[in-house]
Amino acid sequence: MKNKLGFLLRAHALAAAVFALSTWSAPVVHAADAPPIKIGLGMALTGGLAGNGKAALLGFQLWAEDVNAHGGILGRKVELIYYDDQSNPSTVPGIYSKLLDIDKVELVFSGYATNQIAPAMPILMERGMVVMSLFALSLNDKFNYPYYFDIQPTGPGGKVELARGFFEAALAQNPKPQTVAIVYADAEFAKTAAEGARAIVSQLGLKVVYDKSYPPTMTDYTPVVRAMQATNPDIVWVGSYPPDSAGLIRAVNEVGLKAKMFGGAMVGLQFASLKTQLGPLLNGVVFFDYYVPEPTLSFPGIEEFVKKYQARAGAAGVDPLGFYLPPFAYAEGQILAQAAQAVGSLDQKKMGEYIRANTFKTIVGDIKFHANGEWATPRVLQVQYQNIKDNSLDQFKKPGIQVIVYPDSVKSGQLLYPYSDIKR
Amino acid sequence: MLDLFANAIVAGVLLGGLYAAVTVGLSIAFGMLDVVNIAHPAFVLLGAFLAYWFNDRFGLDPILVGVALAPVFFVLGAIVYRIYYAAFERQSKESLRGLAFFFGVLFVTEVGLIIAFGADYRLVHTDYLRTTYSVAGIGFPLRLVVPFLASLLMITALQLLLNRSFFGRAVKAVSQDSTALRLVGANPVKIKMIGFALSIATTSVAGALLILVAPVQPSSAREFIGRMFAICVLGGMSSLPGMIIASFILGVAESVTSTFYGPSWSPAVAFGFLLLVLAWRPAGLLGR
Repeated sequence: MKNKLGFLLRAHALAAAVFALSTWSAPVVHAADAPPIKIGLGMALTGGLAGNGKAALLGFQLWAEDVNAHGGILGRKVELIYYDDQSNPSTVPGIYSKLLDIDKVELVFSGYATNQIAPAMPILMERGMVVMSLFALSLNDKFNYPYYFDIQPTGPGGKVELARGFFEAALAQNPKPQTVAIVYADAEFAKTAAEGARAIVSQLGLKVVYDKSYPPTMTDYTPVVRAMQATNPDIVWVGSYPPDSAGLIRAVNEVGLKAKMFGGAMVGLQFASLKTQLGPLLNGVVFFDYYVPEPTLSFPGIEEFVKKYQARAGAAGVDPLGFYLPPFAYAEGQILAQAAQAVGSLDQKKMGEYIRANTFKTIVGDIKFHANGEWATPRVLQVQYQNIKDNSLDQFKKPGIQVIVYPDSVKSGQLLYPYSDIKR
Repeated sequence: MLDLFANAIVAGVLLGGLYAAVTVGLSIAFGMLDVVNIAHPAFVLLGAFLAYWFNDRFGLDPILVGVALAPVFFVLGAIVYRIYYAAFERQSKESLRGLAFFFGVLFVTEVGLIIAFGADYRLVHTDYLRTTYSVAGIGFPLRLVVPFLASLLMITALQLLLNRSFFGRAVKAVSQDSTALRLVGANPVKIKMIGFALSIATTSVAGALLILVAPVQPSSAREFIGRMFAICVLGGMSSLPGMIIASFILGVAESVTSTFYGPSWSPAVAFGFLLLVLAWRPAGLLGR
């Protein structure tokens, strides 16, 4: 009896073990149980850069949601950990130290713009991190870091490329312009852009008749425009931030600027708030941009992204159009994900080498990086506002309003010239 | 050249009108009541954003909105002063801690504006903003002329109130000797509360004028702190006529420098002028 019971117990245990083995197939952790990949970033959510910073954050969040909906990276979900850098560069080193040492993030994105990205570089370089940089102008010229990649399509020439298209488009017109006025804000981006403008103006043999900066805290720009007007320039090139862009455009219309072409590296004209608030005053202005809804820039996935972004923008309190930064933030995520999948790990050195050597398919087009971390082929658009009738938002979602006049590869219309005849 | 100079003078005077509007409240709070309200520009921004909201939603004229909301700002100012008085002034801790309090108000207001309106730049639409009159080659854009006239009207009304009414004389008495005021049966705390509330009420109109001239975003307030205090000190702390003259001087100095020597020099010239005047008259232009 005792032996029989013992046999039954042994048989039962064996059956249980066989059942257990049949259901527990291999000693691996399921993806669903794996901890998420923490991706850290500091972002301007308050202060002067917050308008762009918050929009960029939504771009990153939409990417993270899409990645997680498709199973994550290497079978792990992604989790964004972000802090407000308050548009203040002095907060940035502390934020990235915390992200790396306390939050233990495995990947990073940069914050927005040169001033905020530069202070993060020393610590990220020291830790050997891949730096996906969100719109820093020619920053790696100073660091020469091999794993730095900027998503801004200014190309290896950086600051020169930002202005090249503006002047080349001008020189293709009849009558050819001869003289240039350069005016720019006393701030990092605008000054760097102005250096580029001067270099290209010199290459093209144009004569500079006015070259002055202004403090970013100016309230009224009519004296600046009158002083420029007095030098009678054919072209006025501007390097400005949103409030100055608006102030200068208003002043140009009030004074009645006679220039044949007006615009340049004017930050702010890419955003819905200034587009709708300035409305028809923008007609004829030529400005730089990286994406506008023209048929020549119809990359796979971009329309879906923009639609998704615009549906969420109201609730997030960000730019309702989302053409400028958000698609590029999303594309940064796509590059990181493709690199990690390709090398099969989050090893920063391997990922960095892979990004340097390969082309990536993103919603802003195919991207290949140059040795200095900028796009191998620049794609700085020169866009002219045309046919703006009123101050409504919807017109800016359609083609034919923000017309690409440079480069020829993605040109969507002809430059209207001279500016003095177009502006209202 | 003469044409350019005349235009620079006119643009500077018109801009000075705006500077006077945003500074007049500070002249009352800081100059007369000795309350270092560093958050004053934040209230101006609050006024600007409310003017924007009503203009955007209902198409109302920003100046009309500013005037209509002034009583609300008055009440808000009275509440802020009561908190400041209870927490700091009553305990004679107003010097440094009070300053920290107003810094706090500045940042809370900024973050509140970001939450409520987003971080974008905002402008307003009115028909007259696109009109510019030209007289003998001198431009008069209504974008600057209308705020200039509204500012002068507001400051004239305040000057009459402060000079001709019992309340106005009481405010001046507080700034000179609050103990003596108490001896004649007036309550200096109440007078200061009303005076401070009045200074905040002016920000409602000043904000509306500011957004007519230039786009604003929640952190724009920080850009105005230095300029406002400079005008207040240059004018002579408690003198409204002095404050207006100082505003014109700063506006014209900025405008002429921008036109003839390069805009980058304009703050240096304007503040250099401030230093020279203070060396000559430490109490300011019309200060006593």
